Formats: sequence, structure tokens, C-alpha cells
Amino acid sequence: MNRRRFLAQAAGGAAGIGAGRLLLGPSGSARAAADALQLDAALATGVREVATLDALPGKVPLIKLSYRPPNYETPISYFDSPITPNDAFFVRYHLADIPTAIDAGTWRLKIGGEAATSPFALSLDELKRDFRATEVVAVCQCSGNRRGLFQPHVPGVQWGPGAMGNARWKGVRLKDVLERAGVKKDAVEVVFDGADKPIVDKTPDFIKSLPLSKALEEDVLIAYEMNGVPLPPLNGFPARLVVPGWTATYWVKHLTSIDIATKPFDGFWMKSAYRIPNGKFPVVQRFLGQETAANTPITEMVVNSLITSPLEGAKVARGKPLAVRGIAWDGGYGIQSLEVSADAGATWSMATLGSDQGRFSFRPWSFSFTPQGRAAMILMARATNRIGQTQTSELILNPAGYHHNLMHKVSVTVG
Amino acid sequence: MRTYRLAAIAVLLAVSSSRLAAEEKPVELKPGTGKELVESNCAACHSLDYIVTNSPFLKTAVWEAEISKMVKAFGAPVDEPSQRKILDYLVKNYGG
Repeated sequence: MNRRRFLAQAAGGAAGIGAGRLLLGPSGSARAAADALQLDAALATGVREVATLDALPGKVPLIKLSYRPPNYETPISYFDSPITPNDAFFVRYHLADIPTAIDAGTWRLKIGGEAATSPFALSLDELKRDFRATEVVAVCQCSGNRRGLFQPHVPGVQWGPGAMGNARWKGVRLKDVLERAGVKKDAVEVVFDGADKPIVDKTPDFIKSLPLSKALEEDVLIAYEMNGVPLPPLNGFPARLVVPGWTATYWVKHLTSIDIATKPFDGFWMKSAYRIPNGKFPVVQRFLGQETAANTPITEMVVNSLITSPLEGAKVARGKPLAVRGIAWDGGYGIQSLEVSADAGATWSMATLGSDQGRFSFRPWSFSFTPQGRAAMILMARATNRIGQTQTSELILNPAGYHHNLMHKVSVTVG
Repeated sequence: MRTYRLAAIAVLLAVSSSRLAAEEKPVELKPGTGKELVESNCAACHSLDYIVTNSPFLKTAVWEAEISKMVKAFGAPVDEPSQRKILDYLVKNYGG
């Protein structure tokens, strides 16, 4: 049986008429291209028609979902090792006027705001010289990662699982910089702006805020290096915010100003965007100062995992040991266990967890077994974190398509 | 309409000449009444793959909400008659 027919049967069986239709719709060549991109069968036809492998400057070919502003995700194979290479790291912008070659010499970071006693500005050299450097390995994941897999679909960037990456971030502690500015007693939030801008004046600039308590945490950095080298231009050169455990919407790129504020920031990207319904997700750290009766800002990531090997549709040998591999992560409480199923969730076995690069990092895992007998096999992975949160088998619907953490399924044939 | 379209293309070129971006390949939309309006109004701010990737699942009400968001939240300068024609085109060609 060829791989394409197998996928058609597997998708048709698992997901019913919707998946079947999208495999009949596009032409054979579009389908072949979609397979080469490792595109999930649950993505809508429109994605499968225009998604393409494309190389941005300084990047290997990634999965292009939009050219302008660029929204490009990382193919699953790159997650087979827990650190995501800089040139394979995903790219995401809200606004199309993205900065080109920022001059490191003339760039300045302004720290001020009404709740700062001593506003000041830093050059990149001063940032590196005046504050102690520290490092953290942390997952940067788009709030809407896997949105494209929602059934029913919701509008937005139709990400598969690749809008995420794990890197060793080096920078200075945000709290050290804030301390130099002097935080007044009535400070409630810290507001961050970057160098990207909208095309039309009336479009709200991408500005985010953090509660003061979060901003003062040890691991929140103004980072200037990623995996040992300066930040790539498309990932925030010369400096970006790194908020380990929280979704990437807060990780503002190309930082230009930091304002300590006495009231909650009410710009569009805080007040209206990036909100989840109250009480629907098992969140520990909430952004209380921005909460309304109906919703609350998205904050920490939910526990999740990904099978990186074998890939969807692979042929595996009967009677030979098969190494199933993958990664697991959460909002910073640490991965407690990862279980694997080889019978579509009927039974589960404990996988072996690999090297621990800290509670904010991808945790690699592996599980070896010898497939026998069956022609079609559905592998699944289920992560549990140290505070007992686990992945869901039923999608938690929300209007904006955030926090997708259904257990990842990979269908293979044993032959 | 032609002047507006030229203005939109000029913005596009001005933006793309200084962009840290790959070669933006044109996104082909389906032929139909209103296609030109979509191209001239929407492409000023973003590439048209945003439309295609959000299909074919958006119902009329959701496409309507998306257009409304573009105009009200993001300040897209699109007059009401054009909004209606754009909605008709999207629902007909990219609706669920």
C-alpha cells in the first residue's frame, strides 16, 4: 500500500468526512507537496494549498503560512533534538513593518514610565556591561501553536505544531534593569514595545505588558543571545524579552522601550487579543490585573508533547526494535512522566525521560518496543507534569484557538 | 479605484524594498466578482495567503467578523460598499 493511500484511509477512519474531503480536494501535486511539508491531515484545505517550504534570510526552508508579515513554522524533524537550531527557529510577526538590519551601535533601550523613579537608556554594549549575564534554556511557543488542528476550525494563523522552539537564551535579568530604574510603590505592570510597526497608522502597535510580580521573577530576561550567538534578525535582534513558561506573545522582539506603569495597559494586544475564557484551563499563574468577568490573558503554557520519530506515515519493520522519540514541555513545573501507546490509546507504557535542561526546556523522551503483527499502528504520547496536569483527549474549545494540547497521534505501517 | 489600487501597490513596494523577507510570491486568489477589491484593499497590509489559509471553513458571520476586525480594530480604510462586496467574494469563494 503506498503512503498516500494509507494516509487517506487513516485520516478517513480517524476523523470522518472532513479529513476525507480534504484529501480528495487538492490536486495530486498539492497533496505530494503537503506530504513533503509533513503537514498534519487535520489542517484545512486552504493551508495545504498555499503552505510551502520557503527560506527567509538566515533560515533554512521552513513552512510558510504567510509571506507578509512572515509566519513560518518549523518542520517536525527539527524537534528530534531538544535544542532548536537558530536557522530553523520559527518566525512570527503580527505587523508587516518589521525592522531590517537594526544597527547595534545606535540601538537604544529606553526604560521609564510613570512608575519609574530614574528613567534611563541603554546601548547594547551598556546592557551587556552594566548587568550580570545569565542563561536559561526555555521553550518559546506561540499561543496559537496547533490552532490549524482545531476541529471545528477557528480563524487566525493556521499553525501546525511547529510554531515553537527551544533555545539557550543569554541575557540580563529584567528585574536588575528595573531595579536601576527604581520601581515606585504604585507600579502594577511593566509595558514592552518593540521595533516592529503597523503599515497603517490606525493599526494598534504590538505592545504587551506583564504583571509586576512576573516581571520581577529571576528567569525573565532581556536576552541578546540565542544558542551562543546574537539573536537572528527575525527572532528579535538585538534584544528581546524572554518569559520562560509563558507563551511567546510576551516575548517581545527588538525591544525598544520598557515602561513601568501604574495602571493596566489597555492596548488592543492586551485588552482584546490573547484572551482565554475564565476557568477553562488549569492555569496557576494568572494575570489578575487584566482579568475581566468573561476572560483573562493567556499566561503559562499547558503541558504538551510531540512524537518526533517515527514521522506520520512511516513504514516500520515488524520484529525489529522501534525507537519512538519525542519531546515534552509545560509552563515550567517540569515534566514528571511521558507515556506512549502503540494501540491508539488502549494501553500505555512509561517512556524514558532524557536529559533535563531545566524546567522550562523541551524534555526529550524515548520508548523502545518491537512491533509485531498489525499492519496499521497508531502511536500516541501523553505527558504529565510535576503538579499533576496532563494532556487532554478532548479539545478544550476557545474562540481564539489557543492551548491546543491534544495527545499527538502518529500513524505508521508495520511491514 | 485604480488610483487606490496603485497606491496600495506603491505601499507594498515601499514596504517590501526594505523588508527582511523572502521573495514574496503572488498569492493567486480564485476568479470572481470582488476579487480585485480584495486584492487592492487587503494586500496593502498583508499577503493574501492569510485568506486562503483560513478556508474553506469560515461561515458568513465569521468572515463578516474578520472584515469588521480589520476595519474597526486595525483601522483598514475600506468603505462600507467595498466591505460588502469583499464579504460576498470571500463567502462565495472561501466560505465553508
